[in-house]
Amino acid sequence: MDKIQLGEFIKSIDQDLEIEEGKQYVEVTVPPLKLYLLAKQLRDKKEAQFDFLFCLSGVDYGQDLGVVYHLRSTIYDHTIVLKTRTSDREHPQFDSVSDIWKTADFHEREAFDLLGIRFTNHPDLRRLFLDSSWGYPLRKDYVDDINIVTK
Amino acid sequence: MLLDIITNNSITAPSEPWWKVVYDFSSLTKWVDTSLHSSMSSFWATITEMLIIGVLILLFYALVGLFLVYAERKVCAFMQNRLGPNRVGPFGIFQTIADLFKLLFKELVPIKNADGFLFNLAPFIVIIASFMAIAAIPFAKGLHAIDLNIGVLYVIAVSAMGVIGVLLAGWSSNNKYSLIGAMRSGAQIVSYELSVGLALITIVIMAGSMQLSVIVEAQRDGWFIFKGHIPAFIAFIVFLISSTAETNRGPFDLAEAESELTAGYHTEYSGIKFAFFFLAEYINMFIVASIAATVFLGGWMPFHVGYWEGFNHIMDFIPPFIWYIGKTFFVIFLMMWFKWTFPRLRIDQLLTLEWKYLLPINLVNVLIMAFIVLMGWHF
Amino acid sequence: MEEEVKNITPDERQEYVINMGPQHPSTHGVLRLVVSLKGEIVKNIEPHIGYIHRGIEKMCESITYPQIIHLTDRMDYLSAHINNEAVCLNVEKALEVDIPDRIKVIRTIMSELTRIQSHQLWWASFGMDLGGLTCFFYGLRDREKILDIFEETCGGRMLVSYNCPGGVMYDIHPNFQKRVKDFIKYFRKILPEYDQLLSGNVIFHERSKGIGKLSLEDAISYGVTGPTGRASGFSCDVRKHEPYSAYDRITFKEILHTEGDTYSRYIARIDEMWESMNIIEQLIDNIPEGPFAVKMKPIIKLPEGEYYQRVETARGELGVYIISDGNKNPYRVKFRSPNFVNLSVFNHIVKGFKIADLVAIGGSLDLVIPDIDR
Repeated sequence: MDKIQLGEFIKSIDQDLEIEEGKQYVEVTVPPLKLYLLAKQLRDKKEAQFDFLFCLSGVDYGQDLGVVYHLRSTIYDHTIVLKTRTSDREHPQFDSVSDIWKTADFHEREAFDLLGIRFTNHPDLRRLFLDSSWGYPLRKDYVDDINIVTK
Repeated sequence: MLLDIITNNSITAPSEPWWKVVYDFSSLTKWVDTSLHSSMSSFWATITEMLIIGVLILLFYALVGLFLVYAERKVCAFMQNRLGPNRVGPFGIFQTIADLFKLLFKELVPIKNADGFLFNLAPFIVIIASFMAIAAIPFAKGLHAIDLNIGVLYVIAVSAMGVIGVLLAGWSSNNKYSLIGAMRSGAQIVSYELSVGLALITIVIMAGSMQLSVIVEAQRDGWFIFKGHIPAFIAFIVFLISSTAETNRGPFDLAEAESELTAGYHTEYSGIKFAFFFLAEYINMFIVASIAATVFLGGWMPFHVGYWEGFNHIMDFIPPFIWYIGKTFFVIFLMMWFKWTFPRLRIDQLLTLEWKYLLPINLVNVLIMAFIVLMGWHF
Repeated sequence: MEEEVKNITPDERQEYVINMGPQHPSTHGVLRLVVSLKGEIVKNIEPHIGYIHRGIEKMCESITYPQIIHLTDRMDYLSAHINNEAVCLNVEKALEVDIPDRIKVIRTIMSELTRIQSHQLWWASFGMDLGGLTCFFYGLRDREKILDIFEETCGGRMLVSYNCPGGVMYDIHPNFQKRVKDFIKYFRKILPEYDQLLSGNVIFHERSKGIGKLSLEDAISYGVTGPTGRASGFSCDVRKHEPYSAYDRITFKEILHTEGDTYSRYIARIDEMWESMNIIEQLIDNIPEGPFAVKMKPIIKLPEGEYYQRVETARGELGVYIISDGNKNPYRVKFRSPNFVNLSVFNHIVKGFKIADLVAIGGSLDLVIPDIDR
């Protein structure tokens, strides 16, 4: 499917989703509650089959915290980007997609480690690189006096 | 015909050429023996003889150890497109001596929670086992510390004792890698001891004796590897494989497997205690190579081809000790060649190789050999 | 104490836990694996990473785009050139710069040379993992020849830093074409020697066939790319699917195997070396004339937006995800590193095999630890 067809396909799943035709990939913004269901449908629906999650990035947008999912279908070779964000900086929470794509396991642990985003239903959510007393370094408000990291 | 040769081998022919007399060490040892006995009581004479032999063997042991480490490094470098040691002395021949001094001066790191007594005992057991085995090896005619009538059995029994040291080292270090290494080594040596024994028995059947000097004498007119048809050759191959495994070397170095267990059973050892393990490995290799040379390749017997009188005389001219050393180092070179060429086996493959392949082959081989000897089909 | 014992199931109590790493000969860097054993059999492994975590993604947020390139060298140091290229391509794509053919061809040749030298080092260390120490010296001997070519043209040997946004740092050395051709001629003769030493060995076959099987479904689900994924039949070669640089104008095969075991991962990499030589041979004789770099602004500012560039490194798909807010330094950079993803499959494929197999499988995944930790 090309970009236009992909947009229409997403519309057919859910009317309310915000779809943007980016320069490179189709970008869909999903509210956190709808994320898991959409992800599952994207993987399972016969005409989409996004079976390869090739990148999962946590992003600090300043006010909000978000997660970006880059999905690709190995059968149709089309790509889509899912974006989700929350304004809760204290307890940011998203549904884990690690049971849909197993690779999300490590990616989500990384996002948790560096941005403090929690993923519910994750099988083993622990810090990956840093020890538990550390802050969340990829957040924009992270300050480290010793290593001279300022806002 | 052959039985005559075997039984009469100790009788020397009247027309011995001069070099045969010179190369025969038995007159020298007899002279030392009688002169000692004439000057002191027989008890002190025996003690003195023991001391002389002990010092000589110790010297030999150290020299062989040093040389083998150097040889291994050179052979390894040759296999790997490198130069090897080339800085200390000409061609780096003093490199191992420098290494020895380094090991001597290194700190003996004490291990917390290690079983101190066993930890210190283990290297000595390993080295004593290899030390004892060297006593029974005939280096040349008459150059033989102790000529037991069960020489083959003695060597097998004594050299296998080293595994106790390895097991103790692994257990007492209180290190998980060491323990795995030691357990592997135990399983490995217990299994491969069978093959070593059976391969030697094949030849013992042919020679009709377990005495190493008799076995060597029986090869006067041809080495057993040629005389014994295919069974002897198979026995040689099996012996080569299983003795490599028994010395924890080559593709069978699972006990120390540096890419899996860092250094296996001697991970926690340092300084001279490590050097003991290191040295014992090389001496064990030397011992099994000597046994292979003695039993299969005629020990110190020169290479003879039937009815080629001139050729045989030239061969006789080379001293027996050189023959012995040459054959031993040929086998050692083979073993080094294995080590630097093959990837390592896995523990279950190692045991499969022994129990499913080598052991049945060996048993059948012994049967065939017994049949051949019974029918007198060998040369 | 008593309660503690009760909580543990009998099966767990028999486990023998060893720490492999961070200092261990076969983890190739500071990877720590907590291995639960039952006898020799691996029950579970748990990778502990972060020993070489430098926060490259955080650092990138405070430096400029040309500076980022030099940090990417330090991720997967064996695919240094390809990592550089990924950032450059992303910046060029964002600025919509037209890159002349000469640059594209030079970059492609350098990438393929990088791939060959990376696989050579992998072959060397894989042989060593399996206990064949001689392999190490053979592999490094041949790798040295590529590094010499790099040194002549780029000045650097391992971390070349040859790319810059808009082209490459300097023009190729006058000797470059001749030396590359000499190398290809030499290596075509020497590569069968690798097969003689390792691939044809019975012990090697026993050690690698059927070990650590990774099915196609799992490979896709775990996102395992590169030769590791292609050995399981996962067609994931970015050079084919999203061609960049000069890959769209050359013909080459995507190496695909179906078994997914250690042996096919091994063969896939050996085949890739052959294929890389084919690619270089197609390009080396017709490097077009032209400038070696496009003039760029002294301060590079990416327009606001999000940019994603995928490239095929020696170990798999590297993704560079840049979010720009229009400043001279990026708002957020994410590197989707292939080794990080390939590590996640380790525990899945190693269960039930022996310690020696753990080492073999780890070697066949070809992990580079600084790329995992970033």
